[in-house]
Amino acid sequence: MSDIRQARKTLASRIQEGDGKASPFERSAAFNNSGLAEPAATLVDKVAKHTFRVSDEDFAAARGSGLSEDQVFEIVVCAAVGQASRQYDAALAALEAATGKE
Amino acid sequence: MRLRILDSGHGFGTKALFAVIRTVSRQPVLDVIKLVKYRPDFYGDPMAAVTQNAMRGPSAWTVGDRELMAAFVAKANQCEFCTKAHSAVAQGAYRDGKKVSAVLSDLETASIEEPLRATLLMLGKLTREHAVNADDMRAVLAAGASRRQIEDALAVCFSFNVIGRLADAFGFFVPAPEAFEAGAKYLLARGYR
Repeated sequence: MSDIRQARKTLASRIQEGDGKASPFERSAAFNNSGLAEPAATLVDKVAKHTFRVSDEDFAAARGSGLSEDQVFEIVVCAAVGQASRQYDAALAALEAATGKE
Repeated sequence: MRLRILDSGHGFGTKALFAVIRTVSRQPVLDVIKLVKYRPDFYGDPMAAVTQNAMRGPSAWTVGDRELMAAFVAKANQCEFCTKAHSAVAQGAYRDGKKVSAVLSDLETASIEEPLRATLLMLGKLTREHAVNADDMRAVLAAGASRRQIEDALAVCFSFNVIGRLADAFGFFVPAPEAFEAGAKYLLARGYR
């Protein structure tokens, strides 16, 4: 059985709490899709909920607000991993509800 | 790509590696490679540990099954880059292109085993609606998939719900099929490390 639990924990911890150009607060807010100011909040919400709608204008607005390319890079990565994590955790909870705790 | 640093912000050694890849494969370097090689300690390396485990770790699912799941999740996310990339890998792993295209065009009628069909159906719902419930899981179990197989499929789904989002957000260039075929050969030979 493949087991990604530890590797996923390491990834989530690294991108939110490790060294970065964006602050740990901004990276955690992007991960949780909650608490960021505009225009980063719109970019992060699109990445989380309907990524195919992300546009050049969303990136330009984030850059225009003073974020560097590295900060945008980190925030977008955190948004993607955060949303995928919520979906993964919700699905594991549904599986546990169907089968009982292993 | 929408961030210049992901196209050209790599260090000298990584740029030299890209030149080797272009020479050996006679194809452009895929944007996904540029992403994982940019400041790899931040995202590329820790994500590779997750994806290698999900896609090549021990599992009752074959490599082809898991690559098909990746392509299916990518299609549900409307991610053209990942759909084409992992369709190519699944076709190589199965040595059967028709099976992959049949699943992606119509899951209900495709000629595949029922546990795989039910699992893909659940992964599609999870990806599109961002949630599934206990009844969805009972349906997959009733079709014959084990709990561990479902957990393994969810690991694949996690990886490609990350990668697909980044492909679309950063605006990955979608190259010609030959570039994806070269990438598929690499992933089948070397994995995701």
